[in-house]
Amino acid sequence: MNFNFLKFKKIYFFFSGILILGSLVCLIIFGLKPGIDFTGGSILEVEYKQERPSNKTIEEKLADIDLGKIHVQPAGERGVILRMKDIDEDTHQEVLQKLKEINEVEEKRFEAIGPAIGSELKKTTKIVIIFSLLAILLYIAFAFRRISQPVKSWQYGIAALLALFHDVLIPLGVFSVLGKIYGIQITIPVVVALLTVLGYSINDTVVVFDRIRENLWKITGISFEETVNKSFNQTLVRSISASLTTLFPLTAIFFFGGETLKYFSLALIIGIFLGTYSSIFIASSLLVSWSKWRKRA
Amino acid sequence: MGKRKIYFKILIIFILAFLAGNLSYPKYFNQGVDFLNQKLSWKLSHFWEIPFKLGLDLQGGVHLLYQADLSNIAPEDRENSMEGLRDVIERRVNLFGVKEPVVQVQGERLIIELAGIKDVSEGIRMIGQTPYLEFKEQRSEEETQKILAKKKEIEGLTTEEIQKVGDWQLAFEDPYFKSTQLTGKYLKKSEIGFDQTTSKPLILIQFNEEGAKIFEELTEKNVGKQLAIYIDQNPISAPVVQEKISGGKAQITGKFTVEEAKELARNLNAGALPVPIKLISQQSVGPILGKISLEQSLKAGALGLLAIILFMILFYRLPGILSSIALGIYVALVLSFFKIIPVTLTLAGIGGFILSIGMAVDANILIFARMKEELAEKKTFSVSLEEGFKRAWSSIRDGNFTTLIVALFLFSFGTGFIKGFALTLGLGILLSMFSAIFITKTFLKSLEGTRLEKVGWLWR
Repeated sequence: MNFNFLKFKKIYFFFSGILILGSLVCLIIFGLKPGIDFTGGSILEVEYKQERPSNKTIEEKLADIDLGKIHVQPAGERGVILRMKDIDEDTHQEVLQKLKEINEVEEKRFEAIGPAIGSELKKTTKIVIIFSLLAILLYIAFAFRRISQPVKSWQYGIAALLALFHDVLIPLGVFSVLGKIYGIQITIPVVVALLTVLGYSINDTVVVFDRIRENLWKITGISFEETVNKSFNQTLVRSISASLTTLFPLTAIFFFGGETLKYFSLALIIGIFLGTYSSIFIASSLLVSWSKWRKRA
Repeated sequence: MGKRKIYFKILIIFILAFLAGNLSYPKYFNQGVDFLNQKLSWKLSHFWEIPFKLGLDLQGGVHLLYQADLSNIAPEDRENSMEGLRDVIERRVNLFGVKEPVVQVQGERLIIELAGIKDVSEGIRMIGQTPYLEFKEQRSEEETQKILAKKKEIEGLTTEEIQKVGDWQLAFEDPYFKSTQLTGKYLKKSEIGFDQTTSKPLILIQFNEEGAKIFEELTEKNVGKQLAIYIDQNPISAPVVQEKISGGKAQITGKFTVEEAKELARNLNAGALPVPIKLISQQSVGPILGKISLEQSLKAGALGLLAIILFMILFYRLPGILSSIALGIYVALVLSFFKIIPVTLTLAGIGGFILSIGMAVDANILIFARMKEELAEKKTFSVSLEEGFKRAWSSIRDGNFTTLIVALFLFSFGTGFIKGFALTLGLGILLSMFSAIFITKTFLKSLEGTRLEKVGWLWR
């Protein structure tokens, strides 16, 4: 198999460009909704034994208690998830009592995170993000230290970074839209998922670039573009199978794994899908465009 | 590598697989043993049974985070106070009848984890209670008058004005009783008893040696006067001391019901908190949700595994079958490690593990894809196999390395969810390299020189 994929690189750029632009616009307009892990607040998940009352009934019932801005969200068949400000144990019991007055109810989960903890988690998460990014940068510098000609090794690094940026920005855009429509929040699991995407996606890109490097050594007498295209063909099946086998269990988690892991797996699914796409189509196309542009200049 | 060496390796792998498989799921082995024992009246023993250690989110329970108020404690004593706090709370928590409660000090914070607790709210109430037992002696008439006068003096004044009055603090003192050295600190034991004449419940107190001495001095000094007993700053009773009491025994009579007296005695036993605490974070998961989460995540994992196996067999045929077997062994190995270490499994941890299954196959795919290529170049089976492994290795190493780095950072800086995920993911990745390099390779090697080697469609 030797298909000329690079012929369509403008389409890939266009497609990704639109997605990136769209994500940026969504992020600017809608922003991200940070979860209670970062802001402090509380979540109460209950399940009604019989029919679930309407959101309005619940909101009216709880109107007397000071709960800040309350967000009622149906979950499953008879479940309700309430998001409120950080409340103490007495208020928590009071809320439960009110909910019981509507109909028989069972508490499934309650989380209350004080604002101090929230800002601490925010801080540690930031540290984790920064260190992971630094580690990946160092790794890129290390992995591509010895490639030269016709594209400089730092250019491999930049191409890999651009691909990474693409893989994380677009899921963030998706989450900003989900946040706007369904109130989905950016919680610690989502952040962790995106960091894992970084690790996974750089790996994918490295495999493709490794092949290019190997072919540059092995095969001489063809143009850089042809070499890239050949490497591309060789790694395509592998990249797709590898990401498919990772996507299978993630999809299973998304559909059957329950509420806690749902958006964690969604972030991974989007990220890994994009990671595979970008390492095959974007990163190597970037390299080729770069080499051509340099020649012209 | 000789054939014999390979068969030996295969033997090792199968023993490993047998052990790991039964360790992670001993049910069938034990059923078999039971069956044999019954039929043939043998006396075989069951397989080593270690349960998985489940996190609070999977078995239901509550995670509480308390902030201690150490503002009144000198910096050098803070560590001690936190340890004291932990001890007291541990004693209280032990009364809940929860299996393996966790009470941990973290700086000025206290983490409490109670698995499978039925009434979280009651638990929180009991942890936070501060039964502070105190014996107070009567003030002299002079002192009482002074305080009462001060109280009169500040009547009707605003807070700011009060602070201008000389000795204003005096006005907020108890006019009749003053604190003594004797507190719950010197308590050895307290229990419920009944008054012999009225048969009303009362609380019997036994002081420790030091407390008994203080009590003796105190009663000696105060014969004919009242000695008041305060719990949480509330006067409970104020009996008149008849004579000096030695031996450190006292009783508290008050208007208790039997229930109240019981609880009070229990709380006194559990001890007073050395510093005030405040609940700043709470995460509780009901037992039903925990069970559902566990089932759901296991189901998701099983489905994912099945999908991977189907894909591998359809796409890679014979090597696919081999790698599926290797994957099965891999899963059993990881689960065994979870049990042996033991790793506390949370939802996040299971997520990390399931993700690692997907990544584990990746190594196999890299190798097979390379092998396919080499075979397509009409190289012999043995050469293709060696080359496939050799060339795929750098990619496997680099790829796993990046994920491992991220996992390492997540583990060292993260808390809770992040840590659980990073640990299982990291462990999974390390074992997956072993599985790809040792197990899959040995399987493939064992087919070297067999008739299967020649059947092209099995490999391509």
